[in-house]
Amino acid sequence: MTRHDIEPTRAVAQSVGVRGLAASTSAEWLRLRTWPAVWVLVGVWLALNLTFAYVLNYIAYATGSGNFGTGEVTAGLLADLLPEAIPRVYAGGLPMFGGAIMMILAALAVGSGFGWGTWKTVFTQRPSRLVAFGGTLAALAVVLVAILAAQLVLDFGAAMLIAAVESQALDWPDLGELARSLGGGLLISGMWAAAGVLIGILTRSPAIAVGFGLVWSFVVENLLRGVANLISGLEYVTDALPGTAAGSMAGALGPAAGSGGDAAPGVLTVLSGGESAMLLTAYTVVFLVVAAILVRRRDIA
Amino acid sequence: MSEAIVVTDGLTKRYGDQLAVNDVSLTVRRGEVYGFLGPNGAGKTTTLRMLLGLVRPSRGRATILGARPGHPAVVARTGALVEGPGFYPYLSGRDNLRVMARYQGVAEALVDDALERVDLSGRGRDAFRSYSLGMKQRLGVASALLGDPELLVLDEPTNGLDPAGMADMRRLIADLATHGRTVLLSSHLLGEVQEICHRVGVIAHGRLLAESTVAELRGASTVYVHAEPLDQALAVAMKVAGDDAVRLQDGGVHLELDAGRVPDLARELVASGVDIHGISPAERSLEDVFFEMTAGERPDLPEGSGG
Repeated sequence: MTRHDIEPTRAVAQSVGVRGLAASTSAEWLRLRTWPAVWVLVGVWLALNLTFAYVLNYIAYATGSGNFGTGEVTAGLLADLLPEAIPRVYAGGLPMFGGAIMMILAALAVGSGFGWGTWKTVFTQRPSRLVAFGGTLAALAVVLVAILAAQLVLDFGAAMLIAAVESQALDWPDLGELARSLGGGLLISGMWAAAGVLIGILTRSPAIAVGFGLVWSFVVENLLRGVANLISGLEYVTDALPGTAAGSMAGALGPAAGSGGDAAPGVLTVLSGGESAMLLTAYTVVFLVVAAILVRRRDIA
Repeated sequence: MSEAIVVTDGLTKRYGDQLAVNDVSLTVRRGEVYGFLGPNGAGKTTTLRMLLGLVRPSRGRATILGARPGHPAVVARTGALVEGPGFYPYLSGRDNLRVMARYQGVAEALVDDALERVDLSGRGRDAFRSYSLGMKQRLGVASALLGDPELLVLDEPTNGLDPAGMADMRRLIADLATHGRTVLLSSHLLGEVQEICHRVGVIAHGRLLAESTVAELRGASTVYVHAEPLDQALAVAMKVAGDDAVRLQDGGVHLELDAGRVPDLARELVASGVDIHGISPAERSLEDVFFEMTAGERPDLPEGSGG
């Protein structure tokens, strides 16, 4: 495989690559947006978010139960439910629950193609493997951004409704803080989705990928963090785990700055916002690069 | 007709210590229907996967449409169906083809034509998962036809089809060839290959045993002569067909003889006073040849995997 008659020039290859990427993205977008599994996951995440960020807290506030019933705490509870609080509440559910959903989504989207034989079909259409894979990543990114946008709209809707019902002034959040929060949410979700892509490619099986991913994010990281208290030196490792970075990002954006609301599970304050942003970006890039290398090199059975 | 558009040179694929494909060198020429013939597990699918760039050869090389397998310029001009059509089960057949049309960057309007060609228009809007094996197979062929490729690589295209579907598929393939397309198909059905292929490559245990036209493979046609006295008939037969082309068998004489020379033979026999009870042509089928060829063949190494 040294020299061949038809080797397009670099410029041609690049334009073919760009067109191929656009074509692959639109193809993958068509099949993702018509996939019931995607809608189920989106629905589950939005419902979880609404329930735990707003509905349950509002019930706790309205009935005055729990949280020792002190006036100060209930006032804090209400403050977190208003539009002004969205920047510090928005990313709270993402490190663990939202992240897990994104990971499942990505692992399913990538891993299913091996069992169905669709990677084989896709790789014999036209775009090169890397370009076709790039299209899948781009389409997944579109889905991800759409989910985060839907969550934002839903959060605003809930917060405005609560503000109206409780006759609170409609204070809008600071736009800079809101943007920071959205960016943080995107980094957290992107990192978990990239992890899902990698394990989907590694295991070539959606079931194993989802199972492994959930065990890792819910069990292994927490166990390691627990053991790190007993073994000195291990915290250097646990401080750099993907879940730690995601949790610290939410922590940096979140309730630490706010009032009385309890931090959601998985929200940590181990790293600063800047450190976790760098670590999340690094993980995302590494996961995707390793996945791309595997896609390019491995035989498609 | 003579331009080679698929050439492999010593193509080999090893899985662990199993040789799935062993030193296969084949040539497919433009405009022909090439049959890749072999039993299940002979290495047909693995070879086709290597030609499509899905599997990396352990050794040897392949050139397809002038470039390496898997090169986007090549893939764009090739339509493929590889061992079991792979589609999104939740999408309709039509939407599956729309996805593939988008990947190829061809007009989605072509999808309906492709469905029409494989007779799936009526079921195009049903979910792929509800399709029978034969329908899935036909959708795979429709997907391969999208974009009107120069070369079609079809792995067992008639797999799972009923007799009518098989006949339709054979007609479709013949039609593609008459329109200048090149078809490389694999099959374990000898009759099918005999009927539609111009040339065949016979593979067993990962090795290419023969490559030639169907006629060449079947060899010279033979003629069976039942006549008395036998020794005199034998002498005449040797004079007509040559000493090496004649053998005694089943109480008669078998000759390797062109069908056009049978009247000569009859005339000579009558002239020498032999009583002729019967002269019948005995053509070997591809099946006979295939079994002769593969019977003596034993794998050098443990049997190759991969269909």
